[in-house]
Amino acid sequence: MTGFSTLLYKELLRFWKVAFQTILAPIVTAMLYLLIFSHVLEERVQVYPGISYTTFLVPGLVMMSMLQNAFANSSSSLIQSKITGNIVFVLVAPLSYLEFFSAYLMAAVIRGVVVGIGVGVATVWFTDLPLMHPLWLLALTILSTGILAALGIIAGMWADKFDQLAAFQNFLIMPLTFLSGVFYSIHSLPPFWQATSHWNPVFYMIDGFRWGFFGHADVAPGLSLLVVAACFVAISGFTLLLLKRGYKLRH
Amino acid sequence: MTAALKVAGLVKQYRQARALDGVDLEVNQGEFFGLLGPNGAGKTTLINILAGLAQATEGSAEVMGFDVVRDYAQSRRALGVVPQELVYDPFFTAREVLRVQSGYFGIRRNDDWIEHVLHNLGLTPHADKNMRTLSGGMKRRVLVAQALVHKPPVIVLDEPTAGVDVDLRQTLWQFIRSLNQEGHTVVLTTHYLEEAETLCERIAMLKQGRLVALDSTRNLLSRRHEHQAQLKLDGEPPVSLGLRHGQGGCWLFGFQEYAELETLLAGLRTAGVKVFEMQLLEPDLEDVFTEIIQSA
Repeated sequence: MTGFSTLLYKELLRFWKVAFQTILAPIVTAMLYLLIFSHVLEERVQVYPGISYTTFLVPGLVMMSMLQNAFANSSSSLIQSKITGNIVFVLVAPLSYLEFFSAYLMAAVIRGVVVGIGVGVATVWFTDLPLMHPLWLLALTILSTGILAALGIIAGMWADKFDQLAAFQNFLIMPLTFLSGVFYSIHSLPPFWQATSHWNPVFYMIDGFRWGFFGHADVAPGLSLLVVAACFVAISGFTLLLLKRGYKLRH
Repeated sequence: MTAALKVAGLVKQYRQARALDGVDLEVNQGEFFGLLGPNGAGKTTLINILAGLAQATEGSAEVMGFDVVRDYAQSRRALGVVPQELVYDPFFTAREVLRVQSGYFGIRRNDDWIEHVLHNLGLTPHADKNMRTLSGGMKRRVLVAQALVHKPPVIVLDEPTAGVDVDLRQTLWQFIRSLNQEGHTVVLTTHYLEEAETLCERIAMLKQGRLVALDSTRNLLSRRHEHQAQLKLDGEPPVSLGLRHGQGGCWLFGFQEYAELETLLAGLRTAGVKVFEMQLLEPDLEDVFTEIIQSA
């Protein structure tokens, strides 16, 4: 247990030491999105009755920031350790693959949540956000950031250079998050793209998260939770399998 | 007594290359053991398998009787490895690195031992500096400290003095020797053969993944067949005597039996060449190493 808690502590300390880049910068980015989109679309778009566009936008931005930072934390930590070679210090220690997974995952989830709280707090000056189902939000936050944290571990293990990691981020994570309904309801899309969106697990994370605030969603909230939980189990299981085999970590 | 390290039939096959080709080896507890070989011989691969950084294709490896795969937690607790590459975590200070490394091994409140290691490796003044700001030699010392932080009974040093100054070498060997005297087993790989000759009781030599020699350092040194004499002469000796040019205007004569020296001296006398000085050269590990590696 000490091994796990130490690795978790080390991972938390790692991103905390560069909090300007890992916490503050994503909060500023989310605020820029909010300022620009709400300024342009506030008067033109109303997705749910009685809810302004800015209010509609905030939960999506919070979730998007959490997901991107959870992914960034585990993936960048792993690839940096691999490239600089200091991953060896973790690998020679008597840590199980489960401890390794849990520590990297939890650190990434915590960074995601800290950024999410930061974005949420920063938006209180712009909108009055209702909070209808806090426990639901908590469950969806942990499961969703957990999925991206696990994907980050896979990407960090798979990539041999930063270029490959950037490809994973730009061609998989970014399209999935941007095309998930952060800035719009999928009901505003043509039927083909509506149907396609249902194959995007990030859509269920955003939609279910939004339901936790407003009690409104594009699909049934139970379905969102089910899809997200199933994805979490499947991706975590796959990550654990790779770690057990020492994929690209132990030759 | 359980062997400190034991490998049996160890094979490591990468896609194209066979890094280890059926290595059998035992290192006794408390030994100072040398693992030598040219680049690419398989030394680091062997160490990586022992440390759990690589998986063997065939065969088994044990540290203090613990299988490195089945009993990985115990075997890793028993082993401290100083890696060959100069690797470090740029986010932390030396002291933070050592505290974190202790925690990985399940040790809390290890500050007394950490202070001891820092002091003995001359790191105390640099303990709270970020790793990025330390010189190469200081980073190397931190690597050694990291390997020792959990007081492992077996310490493996993979070329620990590559590219470091005399001061570090002396500090390091003094500390490692004291640990060996306290009962820690030490396995050393190095390209500085005089280090191995001075420090190691037994030596194994690897070539292309195979064990080509395993003996006490003394026996290996006495294994060299050819003795050498270095002579200073007042003129050019006849070619028929088989002398070759040495350093500083000297001549070298290789021989198997001491009786051959008499023949040489008689030959020189006949040719009218005077001998000013003659010195018998003791074989060193470098000669033995070269001879074994070339003949294997």
